[in-house]
Order: sequence, then C-alpha cells, then structure tokens
Amino acid sequence: MPIITYRDALREAMDEEMARDENVILLGEEVAEYNGAYKVSQGLWDKYGSKRVIDTPITEEGFTGVGIGAAMAGLRPIVEWMTFNFSIMALDQVINNAAKMRYMSGGQFKVPIVFRGPNGPAEYLAAQHSQALQTLFVHIPGLKVVAPATPYDAKGLLKSAIRDDNPVIFLEGELMYQWKGEVPEGEYLIPIGKADIKREGKDVTILTYSKPLRVVEEAATELEKQGIEAEIVDLRTIRPMDEETIYRSVKKTNRCVVVDESWPMVSVASHVGWMVSRNCFDDLDAPVELVTGEDVPMPYNHRLELAAQPSVEKVINAVQKVMYLT
Amino acid sequence: MSRTFAIDKYNRNFLIDLLKEMILIRRFEEKAGQMYGLQKIGGFCHLYIGQEAVAVGSIAALDLSQDYVLTTYRDHGHALACGMDPKVLMAELYGKITGCSKGKGGSMHLFDVEKHMYGGHGIVGSHIPLATGVALKMKYKGETGVVACYFGDGAIHQGSFHESLNMAKVWDLPIVYICENNQYGMGTSYERISSVRDFYKMGSSYGIPGKQVDGMNVLEVYEEMMQAVRMAWETGLPSFLEIKTYRYRGHSMSDPAKYRTREELDEYRRQDPILLFKDALIEYGIVNEDEYRAIDNESKEVSNRAVEFAEMSEEPGLEALYEDILA
Repeated sequence: MPIITYRDALREAMDEEMARDENVILLGEEVAEYNGAYKVSQGLWDKYGSKRVIDTPITEEGFTGVGIGAAMAGLRPIVEWMTFNFSIMALDQVINNAAKMRYMSGGQFKVPIVFRGPNGPAEYLAAQHSQALQTLFVHIPGLKVVAPATPYDAKGLLKSAIRDDNPVIFLEGELMYQWKGEVPEGEYLIPIGKADIKREGKDVTILTYSKPLRVVEEAATELEKQGIEAEIVDLRTIRPMDEETIYRSVKKTNRCVVVDESWPMVSVASHVGWMVSRNCFDDLDAPVELVTGEDVPMPYNHRLELAAQPSVEKVINAVQKVMYLT
Repeated sequence: MSRTFAIDKYNRNFLIDLLKEMILIRRFEEKAGQMYGLQKIGGFCHLYIGQEAVAVGSIAALDLSQDYVLTTYRDHGHALACGMDPKVLMAELYGKITGCSKGKGGSMHLFDVEKHMYGGHGIVGSHIPLATGVALKMKYKGETGVVACYFGDGAIHQGSFHESLNMAKVWDLPIVYICENNQYGMGTSYERISSVRDFYKMGSSYGIPGKQVDGMNVLEVYEEMMQAVRMAWETGLPSFLEIKTYRYRGHSMSDPAKYRTREELDEYRRQDPILLFKDALIEYGIVNEDEYRAIDNESKEVSNRAVEFAEMSEEPGLEALYEDILA
C-alpha cells in the first residue's frame, strides 16, 4: 500500500471530491496561487483554476460567511482557515449562521460546508498561534467536529465531510502534515461519528484524538514493557461522539484515561470523562484520569511549551494512577 | 421636503400593487404590535412601520424566480413584499407550527427558501457575508440574477459590511447592498457615532457605485433599485444604495424611543410614504378615496385573518425540539 503524508492525504481527498462534484470549491487565504500556507492545496489551483480555488483577502469573518451563504444556495465549499487561531475572527459566522440556519428556518436550509485547517499547538509559535480550540466548536449544536490523526483517517474523513450536508469543522495540525501512513489507492470513505481502536489491550483504555495519538502510542509501547496492555481508542470524530465504542472498551478494561491537548476546563476531555464515569460507573475500577494541555496560554520557550502539553510521561503516570501502581 | 412621483410612467395595476403592499405591511405591523401588547408574541419584535416604501419599492424591481433577498431581524416587511403569506408570517410570530420556520425562528427569522427569501438574520451585519456568498454561487453557476442585501445604518460600521463590499468588487458579484438608513442604530443617532454622514459614499472606498435614495418615495426607490438590479443582471456588478427612511416605532417593541423628539417624529409622519403616494395617486386619478379605503379595509381584514390563523394553529410538539438540527 502506498505510504503518503497526512498533507497529501488531505489533498487527495479534496482533489477527488472536486473532480467528482463541480459544486465543491475551495476558498481561503493563500490557497490558490501560493498553493496553501502549509501546501495542503498544492496543485489544486493549477488543476481547477481560479473559479474553484479562490484566494481571499485576510478577512476571516467575511470569507467564512461567503462560504456559508454559498452553501445555503447550493454549493459545497471547503473553507480553509490558515490556522484555527484565525477562526476566532470567524466564530460569529460559524456559530450564529452555519450551525443555526437549518434549525431557525424550520429545516428549510442545508449548509454543506467544511471548515478546515491546522489546530492545536505547533512549535515556537507562542500564545496566539499555538492553541487547541476544538472546545469552542464541539460546544455548538448544529456542527460536526472531526479530528483525524492518521493520513488514512484524514483522507477518508475529509471526503465524508465534503459530502456531508452539514457544517463540519475539520481539525488538522501543523506538526501532523508531515506524518506518514498507509493510504490505499482508489476511493474509500470513513464515516463521521465512528471511533477506531488503534491498539487493542485489556488493562486500560486510553481515549484520545488528533495529534496526541502519537504520544499515546509511544506511551503504550513503554507500558507494554512494564507488562501493561493499553487499548487506544481514537475518537476521530468528537461531535457526534461514538459512545458505543468508548463504553465497550472501558467495560472491557475497567480503567480509563482521556488524553486531550486542549485546556482542561469544560473540555472534550472533561466531558468524555464525565460520560465514562456516568455510563461505566459499575465497571470502573478507578476514577477516570485526564491528561490535558496545562491551563496556561502557550509560552514561546520550547522547554516551557513542551511542559504545557500532554507527554509520554504524563500519559504513563495517568495509566499507573488508574492501575494503582503509584 | 417636496416630492415628485413619476406616476405617468407606470401602469395603473403596478401602482396600485405598490400601494396595496405598503398598506398591507402597515396594517400587518400594527396588528403585530397590538398582539405583542397582548403578549401573544414574545421576545424581540422589530416593526417596519415608516419604512414600507423601501422593501416594497426595491423588491418590486426583483424577479424572485432568479433573484434573492436577505435582510435583518426587521424582516416582516421584506417577507410580505416577497409574497410570503401573512398567515404563515403571523403564525411564526406566534411561534406556531404553521409558521414559515415551524415556530422555531420567530419574528427575527422569517425564511422562505422557495421564494428566495433567505432570512431574517439576528446579528447586526452578520448576514452581509452570507448574501455575498449567495451572489458568489450565482456567478459560479453562471446564473442571471441579483442578490438584494438589506441592513440598517447600525450595521454599516461592522467589519462584515466592509469585508463583503471588498470581496464583491474583487470578484465582481451580482449584488445590491441596501442600507436602510432609518437614522438610529437602536437608540443611537448615526450622527453621533459615524464619521461619515452620507453612507452612500462608503461604496466608493471599494470602487462600488453608491447612491442616496429617498426612502419615503416608493417610486424613486423602485427606479433606483431597478437601475442597480439591471446593472447586476446585465454586467454582474455590485452596487450600493443608501435609502433614507424613518421608523415610527422604537427599535423593538420594548423601546419607548425617548432618544428623539416628538417634533422629529411628527415631521416624519408628514412625510409618510403611504400617504404621500396615496396623495399622488389621487392627484393623478389612479385611485379615489373610496378605493383607497377599500384597499385599507382589505389589508386590515387580511391582518385580522392572519391573527385568527395564528390563534387557531397548534404549538410545535415537544418532539420538534430535537428536529432540524442536522440535515
């Protein structure tokens, strides 16, 4: 099977969907002639031209709203936010317009649109350019939120997101674009709302999604040396959440750690922790542990910024805690 | 302020239709205000009384089989001018299942996707990019048509307005931006918070032609809109109209409008868009007093029937709570 990068997988997904459906367009800052700030859209402007791959001014609220209006009227836009840090400029459009148009019109509108770009901490970028903002979107009814961690998942889920008739927030990561993985030739789709067991184990369930998956996989390898078999559940979609897969795993292992690179307060991690505590109460042998980003803005200093994020060591400590080994 | 109406340029039916639509909006809004007072309608309710000539004159220039309308939360007038059924609108104000948005939108969120009435939007200026996106779709699909995007003077300082005009010009989109300058953004006179007094000039910042229009003269509104619409139909280019108007009521039903004087209100009542047009039609022998009264009575009757329909309609069932969140 070919091995390609996460970036290439995203591009293949957009390319295939643009070839398949002429209503699919891509718009955002630097997506066309510059080939994308992170080169995700490389080559698409050459192939599809300025009509379908559209460079916008630096007006996140404006072009996000333009995408939503075009979606209401029948196109299927992909809006690229150069990074999710800038999506904050467009939050009103996403929350008040994209997420609510169907409901407040009594079901008259579909809003088939994807908002995608890198989210979460990168390196040496400091507080305004290095933050995990998924909580802002997961909070909102009317949105779907997808956060794949592998090239295979990224391609299959982006294709599903583009075909979905609802607004989909699609979270990528600057540091993930170079990640490599097997991606089959030919078309496949991965359904939105399905978690994936990335590693089977019997001793503890580690729930995670997006970039922390690598940290969790490393931790699991270390834990194996200690005789602990961790099961890794990659949520892949964080709204809607695949509760069935989560509970099945926790009921098997009786222990649960949630790893989320966003801040701890009112987060995906805290919500999943509550869901598991409530629905697996009789099966749990220990309270659910959370490993999250530290509750601080991201510092520039590299030592500090690493300390602000989930690490292999933090995950191992949390697992040892739920196994009463510390 | 004296006004001239180019009555003899138009045929009688067209003129009478304009009159009828304005009177219907006036009577419908009075009824809505009355029912609000009786607590049949809740929340925010922004009446269009005084501004009727804007929606009626401008939407008369559209062909809604191809053109689109997007507006603000002060949307009853536009919805009626788009040909939406007064019963269905009143039912929406009542929050009933028979309302255009199944009772989930209310006064501020009137929609009719078939009639190309794309809302009914509650955040000041937030729908201007949406309207621009609808125009992008029209250009992308190679459709003939135009988007009419309405907003108030209160929206004109929002970034969304400026961002949208810039993109509409960069991409040559078929859209008419219409600032209904009723002179108050909620309780604040635009003269207190705007560095620009003549908003129509703001289009020129983006290379978009702008024009100031007398919003108390329904025929002037129609003629200026028709020019802008034709330009969009024929060349696909954007334009900007500042239509100067006045609302008689407060910003919403909960606003006593103490920020303006009785004299100012009286002055505008003398420029009432319906009475001015009626006088002109009578002068030209298009209608007489009896015919006018018959139209007015019919509008009252339609509004009463809309209330009856809303009263008789059912509330949405509780199962509706979780319906229509996702497609």
